[in-house]
Amino acid sequence: MPIRWENYPVSGVYDELIAADGRPRRAARQLSQYLASFTDQDLRERQAAAELAIRAMGVTFTVYSEEGGIDRAWPFDIIPRVIAAVEWRRVKAGLKQRVTALNCFINDVYGAQRIIKDKIFPQALLADSGNFRSQCMGATPRHGIWAHICGTDLIRDLDGTIYVLEDNLRVPSGVSYMLENRLVTKRVFPELFQHHHIAPVDGYPSRLFDMLASLSPRQGHPPTMVVLTPGIYNSAYFEHSFLAQQAGVELVEGRDLVVADDDCVYLRTVDGLERVDVIYRRIDDLFLDPEVFRADSAIGVRGLMRAWRKGNVALANAPGAGVADDKVVYAFVPDMIRYYLSEEPIIPNVPTHVCIDKQQCEYVLAHLDQLVVKPANESGGNGMLMGPQSTRKQRSEFASRIKKNPRNYVAQPALRLSTAPTLCSSRLEPRHLDLRPFVLSGGNGYVTPGGLTRVALKRGSLVVNSSQGGGSKDTWVVDDEDV
Amino acid sequence: MLLSRVAETVYWMARYVERAEDTARIVLTHTNLVLDLPRQIRLGWASLLTITGSDEEFYTRFDNPTEERVVRFLVADPKNPSSVLSSLASAREDLRTTRAVVPRAAWEALDDGYRFAQGQAALGISRRGRYDYLRRIIEHAQLLTGLLDGTMSHDRAYDFLCMGRALERADMMTRLMDAGASNLSPAGSDDTEAFEDTQWMGVLRSVSAYQMYRRHVQVRVTGPQVLAFLLQDKEFPRSVLHSLERLEECLRGYGRSEAVLHILERAREMVSEANTRRLASEGLHEFMDSMQVVLGDLHDVLSTTYFRAEEPLRASVAA
Repeated sequence: MPIRWENYPVSGVYDELIAADGRPRRAARQLSQYLASFTDQDLRERQAAAELAIRAMGVTFTVYSEEGGIDRAWPFDIIPRVIAAVEWRRVKAGLKQRVTALNCFINDVYGAQRIIKDKIFPQALLADSGNFRSQCMGATPRHGIWAHICGTDLIRDLDGTIYVLEDNLRVPSGVSYMLENRLVTKRVFPELFQHHHIAPVDGYPSRLFDMLASLSPRQGHPPTMVVLTPGIYNSAYFEHSFLAQQAGVELVEGRDLVVADDDCVYLRTVDGLERVDVIYRRIDDLFLDPEVFRADSAIGVRGLMRAWRKGNVALANAPGAGVADDKVVYAFVPDMIRYYLSEEPIIPNVPTHVCIDKQQCEYVLAHLDQLVVKPANESGGNGMLMGPQSTRKQRSEFASRIKKNPRNYVAQPALRLSTAPTLCSSRLEPRHLDLRPFVLSGGNGYVTPGGLTRVALKRGSLVVNSSQGGGSKDTWVVDDEDV
Repeated sequence: MLLSRVAETVYWMARYVERAEDTARIVLTHTNLVLDLPRQIRLGWASLLTITGSDEEFYTRFDNPTEERVVRFLVADPKNPSSVLSSLASAREDLRTTRAVVPRAAWEALDDGYRFAQGQAALGISRRGRYDYLRRIIEHAQLLTGLLDGTMSHDRAYDFLCMGRALERADMMTRLMDAGASNLSPAGSDDTEAFEDTQWMGVLRSVSAYQMYRRHVQVRVTGPQVLAFLLQDKEFPRSVLHSLERLEECLRGYGRSEAVLHILERAREMVSEANTRRLASEGLHEFMDSMQVVLGDLHDVLSTTYFRAEEPLRASVAA
């Protein structure tokens, strides 16, 4: 039976493809019409073709178990998520603006700390930020850029407004899946690409290469660049190896690198030592260098920080860049944009109440049943209070936690995440999703057209994480202006 | 540019694949021999443990080396680190970490081979299914070798891959000759003489060398001639001399190779100067043992030179 969009259950949320009246949005019109010509059998066949392609391409992510890591095939939904090019232009400008301001902020807090002296950003927040690295004070990375690769999570609320949910400035992952998703979709729906103006995404690896090359301390000399991975047991190892291959650089582990007595970093090769210029590191700050951070790190490189501080090697992202992705610091990003760039933020933050501010804290305590409360330094949804679904007991428990340590809490209104049609056992049903575009900053900048759309495959679920039953979709930025 | 770690990993990957293949060949040879020999000559299975260097490993866990136990131990025992199955598992793990330098098809072929070996292991142990199972293992290994030769750039990683294969093949060849001959009673005894030919033919067949031997040696199959062919023939790709020369070819163009070449020369002399007529009747096992020691030295010096060179960590090295 063909899909009848008027029967597609859009209810009480914003759907990315289908408007509330059951009619496709303008940019999604062609795709929706095309899908409407499909039978259930057609859809099943395409999904099977996609699964086959994913297996053949070896796209996996690693799930830990007691027996060690197991590679699982990447869960992928064949129905693309569509964004109109005209909307994307605004989002792209907003992302550039935001990442520029974030880099100004990081460069400032490890330098003159003007933003603190000017009383825009409280000193106290910096002092007990879990991701502030005092060892980075005074460092001067090239171009003043610290967060070279940023993955910013965007969500859309009921009224269609796009918000920034969080900035990932340490080692954001997912870009390889964005690239593979497009390859799979091209194999599954080749006919659609003939009739759509879909922005290509496959330029990313060479943009990444160019950006990394712009960081090399030996400009004018062909740079030696590497991706530094914790190893095959890391859940993102597939991505590390994929990016190294695609960008044409070496994939290395800590034991492949050595810092010599000239404070330069070298690769151990069969021909002896070879100087390294740029390291795209996919290892957390604290494991980078046992000389400076965790002494028990077996995956880092002794002396790496020495080499970096001297400017003998570039690290992307720079150590300490994570200072700006604390959930409390997040609340100050709009102020940073105003302060450093004298501009108004193009993409809004989710309205965030920081409990360290007395007035805001009182508001939070009075409205706990309507808010989502998040601890500052936890990730993956740990230790959160979902106000509307909470019990009286949970709320009073949180109230006392907040009073005890207000710095550690922020609160946001509960947003209604947007949905898009997703294939659920041969029917299309709405499922919640978010979007992670990737922003490159260095000698020049780049924003991926679209990004990685993550989708919660369980009905009603808001959890898009792949380790917890989330999947992903290809994301199309469609130019519909001449359609 | 080739990372030492990557060189070492592909080197071991190739060694493990070759080890799996050759262990399969050894078990196959011995099984055929048992079938061919008359009932009054009882052939034990314990010698296979000695030949593969796994006496200690085996006897700490078992006492009686029955056919079923020895074959399971050598073919499908995941706790024996050099069983066919473990070797394939190790090779697969090595290839997994070096997928960037090896064509994707090679990964798929090895993965297939490992899954087959694991899934059909029970078949491989039974006498009835053993032949087919071990043939398939050998074919999987040959397929991988062919895929690598035909689709991987013959770059520096490939050099180390070939070095690993050559060294393992030379080592396993010495064990295989040992396996084929060690069960013979002293020459001249009435009972055994008639079966000698059968036995040496079995050795040739186990390394797919029978036809090439016939073509190039053109004398009847005798112990000294077979040993000469498998040790000293320049053209047959599984002979020890051929493997050593292959290794030397791979090293061409590498600096710091003096120590490796020195030991390689020693090994080559041992092979060339071996008196195969005498070895066919006595001292074969001791000779093969001493060959294995030299090949072990070769591995050690290769490792210290290229895989974990402790260089002075000075900037001048970079030039």
